[in-house]
Amino acid sequence: MYKIVRKQVLNPTVTLMEVDAPLIAKKAEPGQFIILRVDENGERIPLTVADFDREKGTVTIIFQIVGATTEKLNHLNDGDCIHDFVGPLGVASHTEGLKKVAVVGGGVGCAIAYPIAKKLHNLGCEVHAVVGFRNKDLVILEDEFKANSSIMKIMTDDGSYGTKGLVTDALKELIESGNKYDEVIAIGPLIMMKFVCKLTKEYGIKTVVSMNPIMIDGTGMCGGCRLTVGGETKFACVDGPDFDGHLVDFDEAMERGTMYKEFETKRREETCNLFKNV
Amino acid sequence: MPNMSLKKNEMPVQDANVRNKNFTEVALGYTEEQAVDEANRCLNCKNKPCVGGCPVAIDIPSFIAKIKEKDFEGAYQIIAQSSSLPAVCGRVCPQETQCESKCVRGVKGEPVGIGRLERFVADWHNKNCKDAPKAPEKNGHKCAVIGAGPSGLTCAGDLAKMGYDVTVFEALHLAGGVLVYGIPEFRLPKSIVQHEVDNLKALGVKIETNVVVGKTIEVDELFEDGFEAIFIGSGAGLPNFMNIPGENLKGVYSANEFLTRVNLMKAYKTDSDTPIKKNSSVAVVGGGNVAMDAARCAKRLGAENVYIVYRRSEEEMPARKEEVEHAKEEGIIFKTLNNPVEIIGNEHKFVTGMKCVEMELGEPDQSGRRRPIPKEGSEFVLDVDCVVMSIGTSPNPLIRNTTKGLDTNKHGCFIADENGKTSREGVFAGGDAVTGAATVILAMGAGKTAAKAMDEYIKSRS
Repeated sequence: MYKIVRKQVLNPTVTLMEVDAPLIAKKAEPGQFIILRVDENGERIPLTVADFDREKGTVTIIFQIVGATTEKLNHLNDGDCIHDFVGPLGVASHTEGLKKVAVVGGGVGCAIAYPIAKKLHNLGCEVHAVVGFRNKDLVILEDEFKANSSIMKIMTDDGSYGTKGLVTDALKELIESGNKYDEVIAIGPLIMMKFVCKLTKEYGIKTVVSMNPIMIDGTGMCGGCRLTVGGETKFACVDGPDFDGHLVDFDEAMERGTMYKEFETKRREETCNLFKNV
Repeated sequence: MPNMSLKKNEMPVQDANVRNKNFTEVALGYTEEQAVDEANRCLNCKNKPCVGGCPVAIDIPSFIAKIKEKDFEGAYQIIAQSSSLPAVCGRVCPQETQCESKCVRGVKGEPVGIGRLERFVADWHNKNCKDAPKAPEKNGHKCAVIGAGPSGLTCAGDLAKMGYDVTVFEALHLAGGVLVYGIPEFRLPKSIVQHEVDNLKALGVKIETNVVVGKTIEVDELFEDGFEAIFIGSGAGLPNFMNIPGENLKGVYSANEFLTRVNLMKAYKTDSDTPIKKNSSVAVVGGGNVAMDAARCAKRLGAENVYIVYRRSEEEMPARKEEVEHAKEEGIIFKTLNNPVEIIGNEHKFVTGMKCVEMELGEPDQSGRRRPIPKEGSEFVLDVDCVVMSIGTSPNPLIRNTTKGLDTNKHGCFIADENGKTSREGVFAGGDAVTGAATVILAMGAGKTAAKAMDEYIKSRS
């Protein structure tokens, strides 16, 4: 059992939890993920490590409430326990030798982009942060990104905060104004990553994306998380989750992500009703 | 007087048309009368050929002699000297190619039902003897076991009995390895596995779940933590795919994923949060025991048509005959001498069919089995909405990638000698991680051998 030492509601659909997991905290690096199971009958879901504190022995996760499992997770509070919590899984993000990087985050993907921005910033790399949200209420980690970047652009779909527009608009502007990036790191919804990659390909800028497909074990055992990268099948859990965005087949990944949509919707409704009745 | 019947006592089973709709155990087990009657078929040969066929050398005629006397607990104690998981092995061992293949009664008629008797004895013990084993006195030495599957659990049990302080590290949230994620409930009830795990805990074995060695902790750190010898029984869990077009469509599973969703995650139960696709027609590609398990699970999940698609003929199938028969009885359709060439999907990328080509058998290949050759122009499409690839697994690279000085072969299997010793001092390995995908009993045998070698190794140092 893994104790939640801190819970913080970041916005109506996104929650942060700091979890007591000393072994994982000791090893975790930005870009890696954990798998958790909320309770005895729970499914195993992957969540990327948002932060870690090696001294305190805690790992921070940030999740969006999208299905039954995240709904249940969100009902846990400080002092409650998560049934299973395993990691750190996957390969850590490559950060060595980078001098200037644009980190692009979309929605809850910012939770994954943030630790990478932080690590790069701490390594002395010049970080430009471009973060996008649907609207003002959904903005997360603004101060954290600000503290770890030299330029920060906030975009919202409806213009209720920052600049109205997409992250690709801001990124394009930064590139056009003469910024030469060693790499762009894009983490967010698949559709966002797809279009960031389309843009950076035009400029020939290497782009790394973090994939978060459906998986069970997270150790290479099930193959459910397979993706096509450069025409080859890769397992996101052991070969990734970071991949060269110019080689990823995003359309296939988007299709695979909808495999259990019907089940998820039904299950979430059932779970919500369950909590209503309590 | 021995029972000279040429046939084994038949195993009582659930009716095929009932059991293919539920997940409760297919075989029901012998009654005491049937067990004694079957035991009386044993001639108690002096040279005990059956023992030579058992990878862990159970004293088979002696335990059977105890059954004849209705001393079932005595029979159990004899088995327990050699096997730590008798209730498991009585169910999943391929006895027909091991002990029973050497039985003298098999020369004329059927061999003694050794597997069925082993199962009877183990079940009798579990039902009637509630006393958990007592933890032996500790000898002050620490051993680590990586992987809580058949080899790891066996190794841990043997070491604990010798007095070692044993910790088992398991990557999943539950101990049991393939016994809990792979083999379905209807063939091996999970309560039996849990019982065996509980017995190990009673012996003082500590089981740390949710620890991925190679990620959460590395082999070198285990040595730093004071473990003097380490056994790696991490299995062969990486699924193989065919690399044909359409394999990433929705509705294509590896057998590992399909079985894990069903068995470990209990997707067949309504209270499980783990989803599994509802299918009407399922093609399982492969001819091994895992393929049979996947097909029989698919049937139980409600699929109307379930096919086994296998590129050779039934004769070459690696699955146990009993599993093939059970599958057929349950309505699984065998499409042998067929090989998939492409999986076809609709505009939403869900599977709608699998294109296959008919095969014929040519000259024997390296494996000694006749090589399947495609028949030209014989392509056809099998209407299915789900495909399960069950064409084998390879060892997981996580440990070999993070541990220095541990040699592996070209298949990624750890290289270990006949005692389980690897190229790294103090590190032993066994089971599928060494041999590639094999059987539960061979893994257990390897765990046993390694435990002995680890004991000798630690004693030689102190």
